[in-house]
Amino acid sequence: MSALFDLFSFAAIGAGVFFFFAGTVGLIRFPDSLTRLHALSKADNLGLGLIVLGLLPRADSALAAFKLVLIWALVLASGASTAQLIGRALRRGQK
Amino acid sequence: MTPPVLAGLAGAALVGFGLYGLILHPHPLRKLLAFNLIGSGVFLVFGIVARRGAAAGLPFDPVPQAMVITGIVVAFAASALAVALILRLAAVSGKVTLDPEAWAKTPSTRPDGGGGQ
Amino acid sequence: MSVLPILDVGLAFLVVGLAAWTVAARNLFASVVGYVAYGLLLALVWIRLYAPDVALTEAAVGGGVTGVLLITAGKRLGALEKDEAGATPALALKIVAGALALFVAGALAWVVVTLPDPAPTLAPAAAAAADGPGAGLGNPITAVLISYRSFDTMLEKVVLILAVIGVWSVGADSAWGAAPAPLGRPQPAGAMVLLAQILAPIGALIGVHIFWVGADAPGGAFQGGALLAAMWMAAMMARLTEPPRIDARWLRLALVAGPAVFLVIGFAGLGLAGDFFAFPPAFAKPLILFIETFMVLSIAVALPLLVAGPPNGRSAR
Repeated sequence: MSALFDLFSFAAIGAGVFFFFAGTVGLIRFPDSLTRLHALSKADNLGLGLIVLGLLPRADSALAAFKLVLIWALVLASGASTAQLIGRALRRGQK
Repeated sequence: MTPPVLAGLAGAALVGFGLYGLILHPHPLRKLLAFNLIGSGVFLVFGIVARRGAAAGLPFDPVPQAMVITGIVVAFAASALAVALILRLAAVSGKVTLDPEAWAKTPSTRPDGGGGQ
Repeated sequence: MSVLPILDVGLAFLVVGLAAWTVAARNLFASVVGYVAYGLLLALVWIRLYAPDVALTEAAVGGGVTGVLLITAGKRLGALEKDEAGATPALALKIVAGALALFVAGALAWVVVTLPDPAPTLAPAAAAAADGPGAGLGNPITAVLISYRSFDTMLEKVVLILAVIGVWSVGADSAWGAAPAPLGRPQPAGAMVLLAQILAPIGALIGVHIFWVGADAPGGAFQGGALLAAMWMAAMMARLTEPPRIDARWLRLALVAGPAVFLVIGFAGLGLAGDFFAFPPAFAKPLILFIETFMVLSIAVALPLLVAGPPNGRSAR
């Protein structure tokens, strides 16, 4: 059973790392700020979500697991809002 | 090279970059940023002293660490005071620079509100 | 385990590189953004030095609140988009400054490499303090802050108050007693309002939690107070609330509460436990938590006031 959990952890964290990698490549390679923002939000939301998912079976207690999920939720909320704010500022700057 | 020594060398480099920026930037807020770089470099050197001074069953020496925490907050307080002085200086004189030549060109402006240096 | 050294080297290069960016960036805004990222990465370095308490403080105060302070200041200066004020320095000055910086950094690096071994340490004394007057605290940092070096911590709160007074007193005479200028724009974006509405209550809860676990785990009054302060600032940026008038009684009471309670209990220790800032062992832990509660309050009030700046407009008196 624990081997199965380990396999799940490795798979989820590996997928999360892949999304972080892809997001970072996009951040560096994409041509303008809006597309870079798009690439970055994938790393934040999906990458961190998968890493948290992979860490959940390894959490010591239910409280620790709850904290992990809470961190992801907070990053989601702040990431989405700041992406909105940056996009809005960009549009204002282009006018 | 152990992590503490590495962090200490990074701290030394931070002090160097901060000093360079502090001397060269005419913009007061950039000077302040550079000064904060020096500060965090000094804290890092302090930190490796804490890490090396592990004893009494602790993985670190808590005394320097506690002083760094105090120091970070005091550094912030000093930065806030500096920002207030810079803003007041700009409001009174209309200049956003600490370049002495820019000040020398128009000696008629009152440089009051810019004390503390 | 073999990955960790690579991680350390990469982290060190990133931190130093970001510091160079902060110094070399073209405009102020880019420089400040670099500095905030630098503060967060520096927090990771502190984690690697077994200093989670310092990491929390560095991330919250060194990176976050200082970034807000500088961005707000840049906006008020109207210099965010403009080029650097003043002339670029002459080449000779650049060379001299570079040589001086190189010399100082080199000397410091030499000191770091040749530090004495075994290192001198105060850890045993601090551990004894944690066993004695700071008894019952599982976090040695908190024991040092409140018990072993209590005088430093108390005076540091006084420094915060002095800084607030200093910031207030550079305002125009006619504005004394009024509220500082608002932090946010008159019409905040919807996303900012939503973020503040969601984040502020949760963040305040987390701040109290970090303070509460600080007795036994990484965390404490500084970190919890800084988080509370950040949440108040987020609410002010979204214009959900405005900076208070600086002559408000509750504000001034909250500001001095931390050091005042600390001092009163310190003097009480003179009579009860025979020494200034000594705590009777039986009550040490509740007393320390009592002091820390008021310190959290003072920090949470002082930091946003430092960012908000001097009073603005005309006093209504």
